[in-house]
Amino acid sequence: MAKNKDVIMSVKNLSKVFKSGILNPEYTVAAKDISFDIEKGKIISLIGESGSGKTTVGKLILKLIEVSEGEIIYKGKNISKINDKEETQQYYRRVQGIFQDPFATFNPLYRVDRVFDLIFDSFDLGFEDKDQAIRDALYDVNLNPDRTLGKFPHQLSGGQLQRLLIARALLMDVDILIADELISMLDASTRIGVLNLLVESCKKHGMAVIFITHDLNLGYYISDKSLIMYKGRLVERGDTKKIYENATHPYTQMLFEAVPEIGERWDPDEEFLPEQIVNDVQKFYKENAGKGFVEIEEDHSVLFSDK
Amino acid sequence: MSENILEVKNLRAYYDILKGQVKAVDNVTFNLKNGEILGLAGESGCGKSTLASTFISRKKPLKYISGEVDLVGNKIMKMSEKEFKKLRLRTISLIPQYALDAFSPTKKIKTYIADLAGQHGIKTNKKFFDKVKERLDLVNLDESVLNRYSIELSGGMKQRVIMVISTILDPEFLIADEITSALDVSSQRFVATMLANLRDLGIIKSAIFITHDLSILYQIADRIMIMYAGNFAEIGPTDEIVANPRHPYTRALIDSLPKVGIQYKDKRLSGIEGTPPHLLDIEEGCRFRQRCPYAINKCEENPEREQVAEGHYVSCWRWKELGSDLSGQK
Repeated sequence: MAKNKDVIMSVKNLSKVFKSGILNPEYTVAAKDISFDIEKGKIISLIGESGSGKTTVGKLILKLIEVSEGEIIYKGKNISKINDKEETQQYYRRVQGIFQDPFATFNPLYRVDRVFDLIFDSFDLGFEDKDQAIRDALYDVNLNPDRTLGKFPHQLSGGQLQRLLIARALLMDVDILIADELISMLDASTRIGVLNLLVESCKKHGMAVIFITHDLNLGYYISDKSLIMYKGRLVERGDTKKIYENATHPYTQMLFEAVPEIGERWDPDEEFLPEQIVNDVQKFYKENAGKGFVEIEEDHSVLFSDK
Repeated sequence: MSENILEVKNLRAYYDILKGQVKAVDNVTFNLKNGEILGLAGESGCGKSTLASTFISRKKPLKYISGEVDLVGNKIMKMSEKEFKKLRLRTISLIPQYALDAFSPTKKIKTYIADLAGQHGIKTNKKFFDKVKERLDLVNLDESVLNRYSIELSGGMKQRVIMVISTILDPEFLIADEITSALDVSSQRFVATMLANLRDLGIIKSAIFITHDLSILYQIADRIMIMYAGNFAEIGPTDEIVANPRHPYTRALIDSLPKVGIQYKDKRLSGIEGTPPHLLDIEEGCRFRQRCPYAINKCEENPEREQVAEGHYVSCWRWKELGSDLSGQK
């Protein structure tokens, strides 16, 4: 991994095992041995299908679940070791998340302004004119404050609500924003607007974004770096373009093959079975037994074998 | 009988609610040919799912207002519920959105299929289950799924079971509403391809594939219809729609699709500014005009449905003069 001063967070050998049942507990490895760096002002896509562990990684960074093994280093501290309330608060001051369903994020009984009131109650953001700061942040995300503030969540669209949450993150001047399926529920025509906004805010404010998505097209469009996850493992990591041009792990290759695109049709003669990937990956690991996670070119690493 | 499975003419279906009428399907006209998969796309709230409900069940508050629908000779809008029931599953079948969640968690797949078949007066004898097994094999599922519970199956597997059930009586016309939306890309490809296979094998004669995702429609649809805010916008052969769209909304929709190989730093894609109008007691005129970069005064009148070429129709006042302006990516 590149060591440079732009790295603001390092995730090292992160694992999460869920235990269910008491007498005969079953263990589910949701994430295993995940390592990556987050750089200032950069967007990282975390791409995977359902059950790949992508959301688990996001939750671990947000301290919503406990780390089983490994470290998340932020400002020299392993954040999973932070238990102190004050320190946790300080962490959330700089690391925030936005999730898939905006209508679930907002309390339908309160006006949307409440999301701003809450952060002003919890944190000292150091603004002299609070209202003006909110208005500025809203303008920043292309929302008209007069048409947004004072409204209830159901009076705004999903895209507007997500913009509002981005505005909140900007207002807090966060270092890292975890955007978990941020735009999956939005329409194609509004999606791009929110994506563009995310990239622009990121560049303007030096905010890093972990963009968690199942959609390769979207991940490719906005990110500098990509992480591909499959069954709890990080199978490919590196520069987004390099991964695309030189996809090496069978799972990554399958993703690029299956993703529907306008202007390029799936090969009708090729028999495509979703079950096939399990065998392909096993075969790949067997052929490359003992190799492990290898950097195949600068800023592009691949998981060659499981163990 | 003509070569069309379905003929829809000036169909209007509104939601009657306390505040007034929501014009969710307003003056929609199109045909579905035998052997054709028609893709139906548009933003949420454009009326695409309502259109499907209009064909298959018109429960309150959805109300049929006017227009004609001819399904292989049956005037289904004029039919009583009792008469229409005979067509269900045999002539017309619907895979609703979220059908994946409709399985009972306490029943085995087998029981679920038997119950469903029973509802339609089908004998669930060995012959029936042999056919089910044959079809499961077709979608690459082992017959052992019959003895499993729905929670043991992945989303993609459940969706395949649903495809088997809904086409078990070889319906002439299948409506597939967002069948790929909740699936992973790998399952998406399989399920979408399967829809085309069912048609190729003659199990279904034709289908309407409703989705918000144009890039999937591009893969399997013969023609694509675009709806906007309850109105018909454009219909045409897939390649024509993608290469030479005639409606500014179709153009904008295509331009807003990201694809692998395009990065923000190289090329900034544009979305569509604004949001669709509220369909409650909406005013006259083209419904896209507030968001349309090409809108003129004339657009305050309802646009007419005009023929561009064989099988290609558009509802836009300016399609002729805009012509090639809309071709090619901006």
